[in-house]
Amino acid sequence: MLASTPKTSKSRNVAVTLAVVLVNAIIHSGIYLFLRDTNLPSVLYALLAIIWGVLGVYSIYWSFNWAVEQYSDIWKRRIQPFIFVGPAALLLGWLLLIPTLRTLYMSLMDAGTEKFVGLSNYAAIFTNRLLLTALRNNLIWVAFGATACIILGLLIAVLADRSSFEKLAKGIIFMPMAISFVAAGVIWKFIYFYKPGDEQIGLLNAIVVAFGGEAQAFTSMLQPWNNLFLVAILIWMQTGFAMVLFSAALKGVPEDMLEAARIDGAGEIRIFRSIIIPAISGTILSVSTTIVVFTLKIFDVVMVMTGGQYDTEVVATQFYRQFFMYRNAGYGATLAIVLLIAVIPVIIINLRQFRKQGGF
Amino acid sequence: MKRTRKKTMSKTIVNVILAFICLIWLIPTAGLLVSSFRPAVDILQTGWWTVFPHRDYVTQSTITLPKETDLRQPIEVNGEVFDDDQLRIGVTAQDGSRLIWENRRARTIQVQQPDWKVNSNFTLDNYNGVLTGKTFEIMQSDGTVRAQKGEGLSKAFLNTLVVTIPATIIPILIATFAAYAFAWLRFPLRRSMFVAVIMMLVVPLQVALIPILKDYTALGLNGSYLGIWIAHTGFGLPLTIYFMYTFISQLPKDLFESAFMDGASNFTIFTRLILPLSVPAIASIGIFQFLWVWNDYLVSLVFIGSQPDVQVMSMRIAAMVGSRGSDWHLLTAAAFVSMLMPLTVFFALQKYFVRGLLGGSVKG
Repeated sequence: MLASTPKTSKSRNVAVTLAVVLVNAIIHSGIYLFLRDTNLPSVLYALLAIIWGVLGVYSIYWSFNWAVEQYSDIWKRRIQPFIFVGPAALLLGWLLLIPTLRTLYMSLMDAGTEKFVGLSNYAAIFTNRLLLTALRNNLIWVAFGATACIILGLLIAVLADRSSFEKLAKGIIFMPMAISFVAAGVIWKFIYFYKPGDEQIGLLNAIVVAFGGEAQAFTSMLQPWNNLFLVAILIWMQTGFAMVLFSAALKGVPEDMLEAARIDGAGEIRIFRSIIIPAISGTILSVSTTIVVFTLKIFDVVMVMTGGQYDTEVVATQFYRQFFMYRNAGYGATLAIVLLIAVIPVIIINLRQFRKQGGF
Repeated sequence: MKRTRKKTMSKTIVNVILAFICLIWLIPTAGLLVSSFRPAVDILQTGWWTVFPHRDYVTQSTITLPKETDLRQPIEVNGEVFDDDQLRIGVTAQDGSRLIWENRRARTIQVQQPDWKVNSNFTLDNYNGVLTGKTFEIMQSDGTVRAQKGEGLSKAFLNTLVVTIPATIIPILIATFAAYAFAWLRFPLRRSMFVAVIMMLVVPLQVALIPILKDYTALGLNGSYLGIWIAHTGFGLPLTIYFMYTFISQLPKDLFESAFMDGASNFTIFTRLILPLSVPAIASIGIFQFLWVWNDYLVSLVFIGSQPDVQVMSMRIAAMVGSRGSDWHLLTAAAFVSMLMPLTVFFALQKYFVRGLLGGSVKG
């Protein structure tokens, strides 16, 4: 490398780089087209697709790095970080950063994204009854769902810490995390199932009837309470998440501090309030953040359970409906931006937290 | 002495309360599991909890009335008089037994007594019905037979695997490369790029869907595996980068320095040192990403649309809920098929999964 003059090595480098880019483009688009048009048996196809997907990405890194390794040391040191970070940056830019700006722009356009309409979409959203219902319901979800997840999660974590079957209990509470919202929708539809008459096959109505009540169509007729029956599903699924994090935080509370408080004669509730809560406040903050963000974006539960009927629409389902069914891209984009605005405080808290943890 | 007794007391109370909460948490899934093995007729007539011993009316004998009995007139049975509607829903006779039509046309009546009973009919038909595309005959409650085409979920199961495996491995690979660069290499804009990643942790993905869909349509990526891999990769990257960064930045510095001295390149250090050392972190975030992609519905709904060839399971089941809302025998089995993989992963790798949660507790 030292022997070659800078000039020839530079043109050679350009040629090598171009060749690597070209070979990559040809190979991968070739495989893509082959897989798209082929008629292989489905198992073989699946296998090929998986192998290509995984090895393909690795080979791209490898080949680009190989090209950079041919450069002189100073250029190598300058370019190599971008080989490592480049794909991530490109993907994030393409899939998250630029789309956010485009959506922001689109929210200022009319239904067909042709005419600039200023803020009138925003005005429309806050006056349209359907969309207002969606906003109200999102508030219900956050107020009841997120709060219940956090309180229940903390309660169960404390109980499990003192019980004789901690592992088992935590596994059971945590399990719904592994279940998809769609499957959970089926589970809970069956629990809320209603049919006229006394013989009920839905668990909740069977209990109501057994206690002499009248069977109810929980998710449809009881407006606006039906929203709470949907929120119960979120609580069932997300409490385990909060519990695991709280449980880990509880284990980190120094034992001698608790012991000292007990010797001083403090009751368990007092200890909980003045020692445990302050000690795990950081975790409470980050768990709350996560669950609130998650709850704001809630989509699948509503979509599967009611399809947004009976006044159960939330912002995310309205967004889907506006864009894909009513073909109103302007409203859809505006709703997405409203969601984004709602999570801005959360972003700020996150950045602050990150700085406090000493990152960078 | 008093103190220890108080302690055992409170421990018992804690155990009881916790057991009660666990029971509530377990019942929904347990009900689904039991139902998925019950015959269609049973599901529609009785609750799944009747598989446990319970008090119910059990037929003791049948009475056949004379063929010419007029159903519009009061009907005499064993010296008592009832009308047709009473016998339809069941009526209690003076001796405490319950009378109910067995077959109105044949004029037979069942005489039932309350007794302990267990509904213990179990079948694999539901699973057959959802997994294969074959046509099944289903005995309905009124005795007629209805032909029904199965759901053929096995194709969707395969699709979900093809979507999920690369969509788990690719973002982790890309994120680990990026995290290594963020943690140990120096380059311009490093800081601001990383802050941007942190911010994207909480960007709701709805914000990005419409523009990406437009790009995909222009590129012809809609409804292709590649398109859905890219989408899941993009949406999973912020959390994965953040998580891998916290792990890799805490590795001891002298490790790389000695390797550098020996003339190893960054790529060699990455593949020979970083990747093997990061296995615990990769495992935990991998499970997280796997479950997230496997369970995803919105992203598939938008980018796969109605392409039947690449549809994943969550889409198929959601469609079944819409079109076969009361075919509980199929819905319950289908839901359980879709839960099989994540639950297996969950219970097998629970330890790592929990570690994954503790590493990065914010998911965008």
